[in-house]
Amino acid sequence: MTTASESQSSLRPPEPPGIMTWVRKNLFNSWFNGILTIVSLVLIFFIVSGLIRWIFTQADWEPVLKFPLNYMVGQYPRDQLWRIGLILVMYSLLLGMSWRKWSGILGVLGLTYAGFLLFMAFWPAPVPTLTFWIRAALAANLGVIAVGYLLGGSRWISPRILLIAWFFSLLLSLILLYGTPLLDVLRIVPTNLWGGLLVTLILAIGSIVLSFPIGVALALGRRSSLPMIRVICTVYIEAIRGVPLISILFMSSLILPLFLPTEMRIDRLIRALLGMTLFSAAYSAENVRGGLAAVPYGQTEAAKALGHSNFQITALIVMPQALRAVIPPIVGQFISLFKDTTLASGVAVLELLLVGRSMLQSDPAYIRLQMEVFGFIAVVFWILSYMMSHASRRIETELGVGER
Amino acid sequence: MRLISLILRPNFAPEKSTTNAIQFQSQVPFWRDERVLRIAAQVISAIVVIGLLYWGIINVINAAEQRGLSLGFGFLQESAGFPIGESDLPYDPSRSFLYAFLVGVLNTLKVAIVGVFFATILGTFGVIARLSSNWLVSRIALVYIEFHRNIPLLVLLLIWFNVFITGLPSVEQSIVLPGPIYLNQRGLQLTWPRLTPHGTPFVITVILAIVLAILAWVYLRRIQERTGRSTYFAFISLGILILLPIIGFLLSSGEPLRADVPVLSGFNFIGGYDLSPEFAALLVGLVTYTAAFIAEVVRAGIQAVDRGQLEAARSVGLSYSQLLSLVIIPQALRVIIPPLISQYLNLTKNSSLAIFIGYPGIFFIGKTTINQAGRAVQVIVLIMAVYLSISLLTSLILNIYNRRIQLVER
Repeated sequence: MTTASESQSSLRPPEPPGIMTWVRKNLFNSWFNGILTIVSLVLIFFIVSGLIRWIFTQADWEPVLKFPLNYMVGQYPRDQLWRIGLILVMYSLLLGMSWRKWSGILGVLGLTYAGFLLFMAFWPAPVPTLTFWIRAALAANLGVIAVGYLLGGSRWISPRILLIAWFFSLLLSLILLYGTPLLDVLRIVPTNLWGGLLVTLILAIGSIVLSFPIGVALALGRRSSLPMIRVICTVYIEAIRGVPLISILFMSSLILPLFLPTEMRIDRLIRALLGMTLFSAAYSAENVRGGLAAVPYGQTEAAKALGHSNFQITALIVMPQALRAVIPPIVGQFISLFKDTTLASGVAVLELLLVGRSMLQSDPAYIRLQMEVFGFIAVVFWILSYMMSHASRRIETELGVGER
Repeated sequence: MRLISLILRPNFAPEKSTTNAIQFQSQVPFWRDERVLRIAAQVISAIVVIGLLYWGIINVINAAEQRGLSLGFGFLQESAGFPIGESDLPYDPSRSFLYAFLVGVLNTLKVAIVGVFFATILGTFGVIARLSSNWLVSRIALVYIEFHRNIPLLVLLLIWFNVFITGLPSVEQSIVLPGPIYLNQRGLQLTWPRLTPHGTPFVITVILAIVLAILAWVYLRRIQERTGRSTYFAFISLGILILLPIIGFLLSSGEPLRADVPVLSGFNFIGGYDLSPEFAALLVGLVTYTAAFIAEVVRAGIQAVDRGQLEAARSVGLSYSQLLSLVIIPQALRVIIPPLISQYLNLTKNSSLAIFIGYPGIFFIGKTTINQAGRAVQVIVLIMAVYLSISLLTSLILNIYNRRIQLVER
């Protein structure tokens, strides 16, 4: 019996490692690592303290703090801001419902979105254009997300309806933004008044949505059995991938007007969007092609054995499987497109960076405050793209891509 | 419908046996005959593409006529008339547009090549830090990588440019780095080796030594691999690489190169190799940004090596350096090289952002040309052609290298 009690004592789990054990194991496991740790600590201390000192005592945030609306929507008429508010509410509702219907990652996205709007609502400086009502409306979006979350539980809202709603929300927001000649309430707001983060998002979302179908077509064309079509698609993809985006933007803004008959005038924003779409299509095509390659050929053979046509095989069997594998790289592509929208400032499209640069020139006193403005823009981009890449990693694990 | 179906058939799908078609040729009407349809699909697509191009070109010609623009490339011979901030070739505004363009191409290539070199080094350091057993160092590397991956390069470049313009001391109070290298508002002034008049034999022997060393390496290594006899290829080519230049050094009377030291005179430095703040900002921005991506690519490659390989190598008693050089790196390289190629190409393409900070690369020269001479169409075609050939050439060379590495796979 003594042996039993002995073995019991030896079977007892070891003491949970204390904080000192962890430190010794991860930071000071050899003399070299010890030195590295100390050097890193000193480095971190200097960087962080320098940064904090700069942010709170040396930097002058006036060109950022005074014009929050310019950074968000540019010169969009201030009496028409309710239209943008409506769009925000719509997306809050959709995000809330999707959060309930699908997975937790949409919740993280929704909360980030709400957090962003809350930050705007409690913007830490008095701005005359940012009235109390606008601030209240921004803050109310948190409530709207909650309402959406509750509504999402109802069985009337199926995933299919939600997907359709997401698709139509894009069209609806465009109509709300631009206006329509049919309704007096929605008077037309020309695109040269749009600006800031609004334009950045329009460029990024617009080009990824528009380029995706072109990308699918190019990817299918590139693996076609017909040499002519294969050559055309391959040449397009490789040529676009071989040149920098800025050259395509220049082409679309300088040469495209020449390519079209003189009576066709295209808006500057549309031209930039077109350039980004043509650019992004080549990258979409390569992503889709990767997805197509991931579908085992046995699937096609099985479908053929069942007597399906090539069209049916592609549309109903290969594509759905390929697209599932394509979601993570497409999100990655979207993030890089989102960052690349800054290049559109080179062709005078008033996106976030160009708004920042024009703020700097709006007052001679601001010219030396470049660090503050660019730093603010960098932070905005960082938060948004970090959230998206975080979401994409979660989607990847939830879809189980690469775990077969 | 059948046309679409045909287009959608993947390339590697087995062909329908042609005997079938021949057998039933008489029964099948030509609009359902697959061979006719295949040709028809291709002819139609070719006509559509050519038609679109033709339509566009006609429009360009019409627009050019209306606005009195010329579409020829003759203007390239005319004198450019604008100054260029920095050039490795002798340049003045009376030179032709073509020559100015060449200067721009060289400037772009300069920043791209130097950038690839340093980005690789910094990226390697990034990986070492990221995979370090020290938690803190690994976290710092992670923060560095995530910082750069989520901010647009253009914003980072503008911040760096601002640092180089306003954050550095004036010329009189330059920061002196060993070399000496002077760092100030006007950029970097490096001490630079320059050839003396009797330095030619030295240059010849150095080039000869590099060529011979590579040949010896390749040839002797092949013998070693075939016969299994050790040929000491590494030592021999290293010996060539050291001995020949020494001979050249003695031949050129012991003084083949002299150090061209930048000297402060008045408000400027004279001599040395001068790098503008634009170049410095562009280089630092490109290098730090690309290094973050390279670090991720290399990390993925190293972690893709099967753990069993590492354990097996340990159990047969390989030393740590053997483990790295014979087991991990050769296998990781296969995974690393393709994405690494695309990172290098990205760096080259991203160097076009030089235009935003005024570094005279291809784009800057191109845009100045458009402002001076009009001719947007020709200039943009030229710019795209240059980038496309750089990209295709680089990917061609690196793909050949990649294929050689992949061949090792068993």
